[in-house]
Amino acid sequence: MAETLLTAQGLEVHFPIKKGVLSRTVGHVFAVDGVDFHLKQGETLGIVGESGCGKTTAGMAVMGLTPVTGGTISFQGRDISSFGRRDWQRYRRTIQLIFQDPYSSLNPRMTVNQILADPMDVHGVFTGAERKKRIAYLLEAVGLSPEQGRRYPHEFSGGQRQRIGIARALALGPSIIIGDEPVSALDVSIQAQIINLLLALKEEFDLSLIIISHDLAVIEYLCDRIMVMYLGKIIEQAPYRPLYHAPKHPYTRALLAAAPVADPGREKQRIILTGDVPSPINPPSGCRFHTRCPHRMAICDTEEPRFQPAGEQHLVACHLYPEHPLE
Amino acid sequence: MNMPDSILEEKTGVVEGQPPWRRFASDFCESRLAVAGLTIFVLIALSAIFAPWITPQDPYDLMQIDILDGRLPPGSVSGEMTYLLGTDDQGRDMLSGIFYGLRTSLSVGAASTLIALFLGGSVGLIAAYFGGRVDTIIMRVADLQLSFPAILIALILVSILGQGVDKIIIALVGVQWAYYARTIRGTALVERRREYIEAATCLALSHRRIVFRHLLPNCTPPLIVVGTVQVAHAIALEATLSFLGIGIPITEPSLGLLIKNGFDYMLSGDYWISFYPGIALLITIVSINLVGDQLRDVLNPRLQR
Repeated sequence: MAETLLTAQGLEVHFPIKKGVLSRTVGHVFAVDGVDFHLKQGETLGIVGESGCGKTTAGMAVMGLTPVTGGTISFQGRDISSFGRRDWQRYRRTIQLIFQDPYSSLNPRMTVNQILADPMDVHGVFTGAERKKRIAYLLEAVGLSPEQGRRYPHEFSGGQRQRIGIARALALGPSIIIGDEPVSALDVSIQAQIINLLLALKEEFDLSLIIISHDLAVIEYLCDRIMVMYLGKIIEQAPYRPLYHAPKHPYTRALLAAAPVADPGREKQRIILTGDVPSPINPPSGCRFHTRCPHRMAICDTEEPRFQPAGEQHLVACHLYPEHPLE
Repeated sequence: MNMPDSILEEKTGVVEGQPPWRRFASDFCESRLAVAGLTIFVLIALSAIFAPWITPQDPYDLMQIDILDGRLPPGSVSGEMTYLLGTDDQGRDMLSGIFYGLRTSLSVGAASTLIALFLGGSVGLIAAYFGGRVDTIIMRVADLQLSFPAILIALILVSILGQGVDKIIIALVGVQWAYYARTIRGTALVERRREYIEAATCLALSHRRIVFRHLLPNCTPPLIVVGTVQVAHAIALEATLSFLGIGIPITEPSLGLLIKNGFDYMLSGDYWISFYPGIALLITIVSINLVGDQLRDVLNPRLQR
């Protein structure tokens, strides 16, 4: 069995809401509220959910970009909250982020070469002639030519910029890459290129990926294992095949039914959810989905569902299981 | 690696490589008025820098001036000297006086602006980057300072510090820093929310490196605009202080002091002693403002073509 690189246990990120001159805390946004997951060597983990469900915040917490208010994240068995300065430096060399918006994620005043050399400078790796070779190698790996390194970001198209962003993430030779909506800002034709690039790079650089997206098609194509998030909690996780072919949770079913399928002849059963996503400031009691669930039972209002096994490596947090499984 | 589709990668949207400064220069030259302003300003700056070599007379060398030549009207000839712009009450050539005066005015203006730019820019950046309490304290001090009229602050500072070129520069810095702090904070607050700053954090870059290599270069355009306009303000403010007699010491007269010298003779018809330094001051400030206005148009991202 492959080594587990990253583990999150009971991860909580609550943002205080401050009001008034004295900045009194009047409440919290429960962005991520008790999330467990792990990432194995060589695996691609997908986190899917609608906007505001906390999937980006979870990614930020793993990167140490947002303070964690509860639970632990550990990397190779060590809790990242116990990291010192040097550990953080090393940690950030092994885990990198690809950003959503290729237009704002590159410093417009630096050439591509400078953008790629900057992290190497700080970490003191690839010095001298080796650096030039490394930059050329990275640019070629993401499908750009080394000559383009002298240009500024505004001289590139969106897809090319995203390639530069990926090259920057690879610059220090990381082993984990988190893609926060890595293709959502791109045209569909270019999305496919970037996804193929990510798959190719995963092989070449021996990476483990966490892909955060609201786009089920992207997740399906990239990921080995998928977690579905709703209002700061994971409600279902499974390898991609069972998740797509036999989804268990009513929310996952609705989500999959809403995704467009490129087959006009196919009969589709639509599941239309009523109401909006409740506010993460004041989440519903019991099961968070009960306000919109078509299969709501009495127990759902009061008791929070635990994860139930629903197949091989398939976990679902829903009171319907195991007694009243959906067909 | 096998990636044939990258060859087909979108060709559109790729702007052919033109160095940013060249595009900037051609945008700037679109306005003839601005080019004229820049030309005049360069000429003024050159004449100020080379004043000792190009003026017909050193107005502060007592060997060269004759009190008997006092208050000669423009165009008078006395001995070998032709006083194109006349002489003041001490018999000094006004043209030479103006060139020397420009020297003092411009250097005080430029020095105070540079120092204020550096100080104000630094605290503004720090305020925006760290936010929270640091931001509140710095910006409230700036607000407090901006709520007083500039001339009042300058008067208070000069009266505390005393006279002298260095004291005037300190006073002008004291008046101006808040403008820069405010300007750069506004821009930096927008820039620091952008993802490249987050990317820099992810790469474990130090605060100093993020602030100076990533944040600052993206905040400079508005700073350049404000800086240009503030040079003109600084020169005008210094002239005002000198006119009031509390600025630059009499041994290093600036334009303001020249105007003040002639003021006593205005009503007796010897207009030129005040008038020509006044014109020189006017042209300087107008030319700087013309350059500043065009810079603002060129560097404004919302007007970018």
